[in-house]
Amino acid sequence: MEWRLGRPDEIPEGGRRLFRIGGEVVGVFRVRGRLVAYANRCPHQGGPVCQGEVLGRLEEIVDRDRSVVGERLSAEVLHLVCPWHGWEYELETGRCWGDPRFRLRAYPVEEREDGVYVTTGPGSEGDRG
Amino acid sequence: MSPADQAVPLEFTPVEDRLGVLANAEAQARERGYHRFPIVDVDAHHFELDSWERIAAHIEHPTVRRRAERMGGNRAFSLIPPILGDQLVAGRIKRRLSADEPLPGVLHELERFEREMRQLGVRYSFVFPTSILSLGLHPQQEVENAIAWAYARWLTEEVLPHSDVVRAMLYLPFGDPEASLRMVERFGGCRGVVGWMVTSLRHQPVHHNRYVPLYSAIEATGMPLAFHPLYSWQERALEPVDRFLGVHALGFPLSNMVHLTNLVVHGIPERFPGIRFVWMECGVAWIPYLMLRLDNEYLMRRSEAPSLERKPSETMRDFYYATQPLEWGDDLRYLEALFDLCRGATQFLWASDYPHWDFDLPSRIYDLPFLSEQEKRDILGSNALRIFPIEAAPGRT
Repeated sequence: MEWRLGRPDEIPEGGRRLFRIGGEVVGVFRVRGRLVAYANRCPHQGGPVCQGEVLGRLEEIVDRDRSVVGERLSAEVLHLVCPWHGWEYELETGRCWGDPRFRLRAYPVEEREDGVYVTTGPGSEGDRG
Repeated sequence: MSPADQAVPLEFTPVEDRLGVLANAEAQARERGYHRFPIVDVDAHHFELDSWERIAAHIEHPTVRRRAERMGGNRAFSLIPPILGDQLVAGRIKRRLSADEPLPGVLHELERFEREMRQLGVRYSFVFPTSILSLGLHPQQEVENAIAWAYARWLTEEVLPHSDVVRAMLYLPFGDPEASLRMVERFGGCRGVVGWMVTSLRHQPVHHNRYVPLYSAIEATGMPLAFHPLYSWQERALEPVDRFLGVHALGFPLSNMVHLTNLVVHGIPERFPGIRFVWMECGVAWIPYLMLRLDNEYLMRRSEAPSLERKPSETMRDFYYATQPLEWGDDLRYLEALFDLCRGATQFLWASDYPHWDFDLPSRIYDLPFLSEQEKRDILGSNALRIFPIEAAPGRT
């Protein structure tokens, strides 16, 4: 089933909006210019993942001699973190950082001239890919 | 009306709002029909420092009371040993862990606790403290005694009488067996008291003869004795561990395993068969490890445990274990075998540990495919209703 969510400019780069679609809450994020939509339900214990932090993946900096020399938050890879237990997912793909067999339930989202549309129902991806 | 008109924009809800954070839990409770059977949470927590002034008012030791009343903003660190560690992973996990909302009084706090229980689908909940779980490390015994007594008075006089669904296993100042005995004698039979709790983060030998009168008294109450663990980064064995992940994973079961080993090897459960021992907050995967390990040593060194009539694993199979945080196994066959080995259907008790960072929902048990519907209901509630006097007639206040 297709749902109209509003105008494309209502979700700017780095932005997020939540919608109640039928009996479910869906989070829509714009990352690298593209919109992604996920069910607000963590594959772990069902937490409100779309209400969690978005931040860069924490990376360890390893020197040429293989010593660990520091840490940084990635500017390239953004993560969405479930606020219940901290499971982290790549915002662009919905793939779980700790165990890639788990993914956020993703819904196809499309930008048209007259609005943003998301499709729910059979065929959407997740929770375990 | 076309479907495109039915998507409802929502305000972004910060999950620090304790009602918002459990909306998905409420949905799970409805979907799974938790109202059809009783769920008992044998380990939920509150933040007792939010009510510190009320608790401190019950401290009877004059100098400890003066210190408690004059601590001001430093109250958490003056009388209660601090526990190092970032539980919330630099803000990734969202939980209210301090008094960041105005609390007009204890009833307001109780009302919120009960509301969260309903959201989780829980019918009865055992309330445990948070900060004073480290009190067993305090070097001044009179401090542990005074705060334990005050906390018990506050609970039994100001909290439990006002609730039909909240119960408590009272903190015992285990560093002082006589003081613990006085607490059992004073508070046994109080409304809402369903058991006794020893914090495992402590270094007393639990098998020592000085605890015999206490164990006798606990046995006479008929109420279970729980060991509630905690980690300490200052624990010597954990000093080289530099991630919270490691210190938490190792520290909780370590503190329980030390005391369980002493109890079992010295035959305390055999000398006090009327005590039901409950081991909290370590998940369940540590149990078979210790069963097999202790049995192996026992068979080779039988003379060091001469009074035992059974292997350690057989005694351990009679213990009860709170399941939280239930391990997340890649292969459910391991978890199924573990439930079988530990007689989980009768000995496991579901617990949430809510609102702490690694809490479990009832679905962690309810969604396990290898359990029957009856086994799920037993672990989620019936086992606890069987061994705790949860629905006994209200006692005195």
